[in-house]
Amino acid sequence: MSEETLCNRQPIQTEESLKRLLKDSGGSQYYKEMKSLDVDQELLWSTIQKTCKSRIRTWLEICANCGMCADSCLFYLINDRDPTQVPAYKVKTTLGEIIKRKGKVDNEFMHMAMKTAWAKCTCCNRCGMYCPNGIDMGVMISYLRGLLYSQGFVPWEMKIGAGMHRVYKAQMDVTNEDFVETCEWMAEEYEEDYVGLHFPVDKKNADIFYTINAREVKHYPEDLAEAAILFHIAGEDWTITSGSGWEQTSLAMFAGDWGGCKVQVDSVFDAMERLKPKRMVGTECGHAHRGTVVEGPYWAEREDGLPPVKCMHYVEWVAEALREGKLVIDPDKRIKELVTLQDSCNYVRNHGLKKITREIMSYMVEPGYFIDMSPNEEHNYCCGGGGGFNGIGLYRKERNQALITKRDQILKTGAKLVIAPCHNCWDAIRDLEEEYKIGIRWSFLKPLLIKMVKIPEHMQPKD
Amino acid sequence: MQDILTGPMIWLSLSVFVFGMLARIILYIRGLDWKLDRVAYRAHPKAGMKGAARSILYWLLPFATRSWRKKPVMTIVFFTFHLGAILVPLFLLAHNMILKDMFCLSFPITLNMCVADLLSWGVIISGIILILRRISLPEARILTTTYDYFILFLALAPFVTGLLARYQVGDYQFWYTMHLLCGELFLLLAPFTKLSHIALFFMSRAQLGMDYGIKRGGLRDDTNLAW
Repeated sequence: MSEETLCNRQPIQTEESLKRLLKDSGGSQYYKEMKSLDVDQELLWSTIQKTCKSRIRTWLEICANCGMCADSCLFYLINDRDPTQVPAYKVKTTLGEIIKRKGKVDNEFMHMAMKTAWAKCTCCNRCGMYCPNGIDMGVMISYLRGLLYSQGFVPWEMKIGAGMHRVYKAQMDVTNEDFVETCEWMAEEYEEDYVGLHFPVDKKNADIFYTINAREVKHYPEDLAEAAILFHIAGEDWTITSGSGWEQTSLAMFAGDWGGCKVQVDSVFDAMERLKPKRMVGTECGHAHRGTVVEGPYWAEREDGLPPVKCMHYVEWVAEALREGKLVIDPDKRIKELVTLQDSCNYVRNHGLKKITREIMSYMVEPGYFIDMSPNEEHNYCCGGGGGFNGIGLYRKERNQALITKRDQILKTGAKLVIAPCHNCWDAIRDLEEEYKIGIRWSFLKPLLIKMVKIPEHMQPKD
Repeated sequence: MQDILTGPMIWLSLSVFVFGMLARIILYIRGLDWKLDRVAYRAHPKAGMKGAARSILYWLLPFATRSWRKKPVMTIVFFTFHLGAILVPLFLLAHNMILKDMFCLSFPITLNMCVADLLSWGVIISGIILILRRISLPEARILTTTYDYFILFLALAPFVTGLLARYQVGDYQFWYTMHLLCGELFLLLAPFTKLSHIALFFMSRAQLGMDYGIKRGGLRDDTNLAW
């Protein structure tokens, strides 16, 4: 039966079933089927017994119901302090209730839990920093997502995204050939402007193995070119892979498909084993970094919790290149307008990358023009589109509402330029401009750097 | 009745409390799972300990975390409540005399009467504010259950009865007996209720501290998490 339905408990494993699901535009048939999807209560309860151990159980038990987490949540704040948006409430009425009822919950309950898990929380983990008992509700919602996924109650796009990773080892239907061809195309496009530009493929023992977000191949190939140009200018010994493992993201993580997470991260780590690079640098994406570098080693069952080689987020590489003079900024070209910076939850709160981005600002922005949002660094607010929220059509209205926090934070700075070294944040900020028209521009680091770094003579076109 | 309450019941309730809490701590640690929690506890003991210590320490100091600073009134009420709730039972002279009688041990420091009174009143007043807070703040009201009031009752009852006995309001013997009863009830139930947070607060905080200390950036040498 499950083979014939679109909405079921089975993960997407084949290209064929992926295409069938993609054809169901907007997931209309998928969501219709979900209305009559049974809950496998026994499976639900046995999964909980196997995977819900002392950490989460203790969190649920000792929560003092004090409500101190309320103000930490952007959803609570933008929904006129709606008490049903208090993080602890969202956890209690979903995960807490499932455990209390020993898994005996029905279809209607699962629909409510799905909406809570994907439309009322972006797993930004901010609440965990405000609870005196050290309860991280983002972790619990993420765990809940896993339970919901295993029961088939997952938004259409998330099911597709997780399936993409299982089938293509990438978040979109981009094959290894597509990736390499796009890189070659970009090299051709730009080699006239940057003499000698090329993408080294499958080079063993390189200093840097570069990994990306599949969206770049599909929608923003210039991003690939810009990365190559900057590596080239910096004189880096770098490479990409023509096999699986070039994709760093993990929509499976947003979907709660832990098996899919493993498939994805294994492909990246395998590429590291193949190419034996000194280190890996990932593109300007927050969740890709978290999925591969922070959480990934655990899905790959690496006992030290670390990837096989040292891994850096793009901001770490940029800071290093600027610090060591591999990239030199022309002082006349520094940014001379008020500019602010978006901290990506997935690497600031989840990997401590807070000083490094400000160090980059100190090189790129004329003194006096950089202005931080408030709050910032590890206390920043989610852009409003994290955790997969950006991509879920069913919850578009809620997502647009969630952008208000970031909109107001940006407005308060007075800056008209927002630097967002994260795909998700970048998207959310683009969408908030589209939705609320506050007159801002937004950018990754790469295009800004290209405009201001000094090009070595040997790379300049001779005419 | 009083013989039982001042004799075997003290033994029993203290044993249940101490061994019960120890059991909760051991079970908590045994239930940690590096793969499920996605924290490599064993691989990075030093970073883990540092993260745990910071996570506990910052939250034990009033206004040391952003969360405490954002809620100054709650912070004052919270710390007044917990300060008295910890210091008075442990260091009250009368309690220490019992300890000395029964176990031949006592803490070298005891509270002077005036300080003990002040701390006890602090517990009661802040306890009342905590109850009012639960009733008046929508974000707390929606979470609060009867069970939360029961926990507050368990915590406050020994203080209310203790003060009534101390000021000899009405029948001293009656309040003294009630105080023993309430205190022992607290000790007996603590390991099995939300009061287990007396021990599990440290466990949960240490765990999240290790999470940050090991996985979420703690291994970097350029920054420390600002709680």
